[in-house]
Amino acid sequence: MGKRVGLEVTVAVAEAVALCRIDMAGVYPITPQSHIAEHLSSLVADGTLEAEFVTVESEHSAMSAVIGASATGARAYTATASQGLLLMNELLPIASAMRLPICMAIANRAVSGPLNILNDHSDIMPQRDTGWISLFVENSQEAVDLSIQAFKIAEHKDVMLPVNVNIDGFQLTHMVEPVELPTQEEVDEFLPPLTPHATLHPAKPVTMGAFSMSDYFTEIMKAKDEVIKNSKKIVLEVWDEWGKKFGRHYKPVESYRADDADILMLTMGSMGETAKIAIDELRQKGVKAGLLKLRLWRPFPFEEIREALKNAKTLIVTDRAVSFGGPGGPVFSEIKSALFAGKHHPAIYNYIIGLGGRDVAVRDFVGMFEKILSDKDQKAKDTYEFWGVRE
Amino acid sequence: MNIVENFDLFAPRLINKQELFSSGHRACSGCAEVLAVRLMCKALGENTVIASATGCMEIVSSMFPTTAWRVPWIHVAFENAAAVASGVEAGLKALQKKGKIDGRYIKVVGMAGDGGTMDIGFQALSGAMERGHDMIYVCFDNEAYMNTGIQRSSGTPMGASTTTAPAGKVSIGQKTWKKNMPEIMVAHEIPYVATVCTSYPLDFIRKLEKARNIKGPSYIHCFSVCPTGWRSPSHTAISMGRLAVETGVFPLYEVENGHYRMSPDMPKKPRPIRDYFKSQGRFRHLTDADIDMIQNRVNKEFQKLVEKTKYLKTGNE
Amino acid sequence: MALKSWKELPIGCVVSEPGSASEYHTGSWRSQRPIWDNAKCIKCGICYVFCPEGCVQQTEDGFFQANMDYCKGCGICAHECWPRAIKMVEEG
Repeated sequence: MGKRVGLEVTVAVAEAVALCRIDMAGVYPITPQSHIAEHLSSLVADGTLEAEFVTVESEHSAMSAVIGASATGARAYTATASQGLLLMNELLPIASAMRLPICMAIANRAVSGPLNILNDHSDIMPQRDTGWISLFVENSQEAVDLSIQAFKIAEHKDVMLPVNVNIDGFQLTHMVEPVELPTQEEVDEFLPPLTPHATLHPAKPVTMGAFSMSDYFTEIMKAKDEVIKNSKKIVLEVWDEWGKKFGRHYKPVESYRADDADILMLTMGSMGETAKIAIDELRQKGVKAGLLKLRLWRPFPFEEIREALKNAKTLIVTDRAVSFGGPGGPVFSEIKSALFAGKHHPAIYNYIIGLGGRDVAVRDFVGMFEKILSDKDQKAKDTYEFWGVRE
Repeated sequence: MNIVENFDLFAPRLINKQELFSSGHRACSGCAEVLAVRLMCKALGENTVIASATGCMEIVSSMFPTTAWRVPWIHVAFENAAAVASGVEAGLKALQKKGKIDGRYIKVVGMAGDGGTMDIGFQALSGAMERGHDMIYVCFDNEAYMNTGIQRSSGTPMGASTTTAPAGKVSIGQKTWKKNMPEIMVAHEIPYVATVCTSYPLDFIRKLEKARNIKGPSYIHCFSVCPTGWRSPSHTAISMGRLAVETGVFPLYEVENGHYRMSPDMPKKPRPIRDYFKSQGRFRHLTDADIDMIQNRVNKEFQKLVEKTKYLKTGNE
Repeated sequence: MALKSWKELPIGCVVSEPGSASEYHTGSWRSQRPIWDNAKCIKCGICYVFCPEGCVQQTEDGFFQANMDYCKGCGICAHECWPRAIKMVEEG
């Protein structure tokens, strides 16, 4: 059993990544990610972590360099946020197409413009279709656990895909919380050395990133889609193993007081903690409210979502990003897609919340429930609203 | 013709017989750039890993599910060959330190065209050179975006007609001077910078071998004649490269630890640039006055280089 | 070559057969071919060195010939041949 210590979440994440014995990190500073890079660099400087730490000149080069390193068979890591993630965007589908098990932390932050350094999910949402496995964490312990699990998932022989771990910027990254770090022995036992599917080495020359015309492109896309869909099975296996080993259990869709709930709310990331308090308050008032927390964003857990919603009459989906001119927030449209194919169709409402660091308090969550409960003729159904926006 | 005399002595006996870049590649007929790639592989040998930018050399060599490469090779995107190469170097270094792979000396190479080097890949290259990775970066400069259809780049020479800087009634085509990329690399104070051209294969191979043996970053700027883009016949690629060198348009030199040295193949007195311009369609529209204007600049630049070779004999080693 | 199905693709589309581009014969692009006159050849190897296809090979007797599977007929070898031992002839 590892020690329980009070650490800033970024520092805890860097410690967890070091326990994974990465060979290489390529990072570029950006708020609110930078503390991960700083702490990793200090672990390398101290000799605690034996790795090449490459201080690249942009996030584009950060992702390029970790792709290069990963292609040699090195365990490679990076971290970014916001504009940095958008600058990497071009390379994300290439990393997944090459099936490189790169792991990346994203300290989620609003995307410009205007410039805003605070938290929402507008950086990760446009990366939805890049072929990465995408995980969300709610608190510091989850940030540590998922940072380690990410490598195990990514490097599984049936996966070999890059993984990003989303940690809400500032609201979570800069919290100091007690966290249990596993021991080196525990991590070594959980995470075996990487066995790459191919490597850049003269002993066996290979070509990576070959050019494809229309004769193969469709087949290549189909193969990639299948592997990411099938990766859910491995994600579940890894979480099962982690639960048995460390006693902390993870699911694609977590629930809180949801079993007998008539009205459910769905959150992603750190806002789940606040929403839980709101659920308790509502329950005290006699409202049969419950909470779902979406942890696995890609591959999307369609079955788990349908199962979690099978008895719900009403669902409130919260989104931390806007799909301008679209059908609602990105999470909202995914949930609706999931339910369309099923038999049970609860009333669904969508609130865009917490943009650019806007605080969402317990009373806000309670307010969302109360507003919808009073909407007897379901006028606001199937549309979306910016919660708390000044008219 | 001292080249031929040299050949009598050296070629092909002293040139690595191994073809590490196979036939069946889809480069245009008479492409001097693909010849440069072939010779580069010969010079560097099999213990090489190449990171290539998007461009002609990438698409002609890697038509999935086949490859022309017999050395490990990776392509990721257009603007990041230097960054990918730096990651490859870091990855190999880490794995060797930890004993996870064998300890043979592997040279990592980043390669791109003039656009991928001087325009869109400029930042990644500057970063990789500044960080001091043990790698060679080779710019295959054919003086325009040939792969996308002969658009101008910052490597296109003054007066050349391209599809985005065409010659017209009020334009001579390219209105800017070619970016002096080797000098920018010299300013990075890296151990080795050299210019090469396939028309001088022994000089080419010697410089690449030297770069291979240098620990740290080196930059090779390869003048790569493109008959398709320059609108000249396919058999002229070698003679055209020779004319570029002999006219001083593309001087062959090397800078080792800041110390400039002109290559022995360089003439003391360059030929007029007209000799080089006349058989290329891209320069055909130029007037005598235009050519004189360009000639003046070539003279001045060449003189500057001659002076550097005279006065910058002591380097910063 | 039969096209593979999506299930048969290598992981990450890695090409693990070095030099397999040689399956593709670029000789069909050619409109003229080089002919060597060994009586004039001085065996300098310039044709071998300057061939962009890497398809000129030295035979056991020291003379050179091009592999017509790949020769694109660019004419560099003929143009650069010092003793003029190579001439280009139209493909019939």
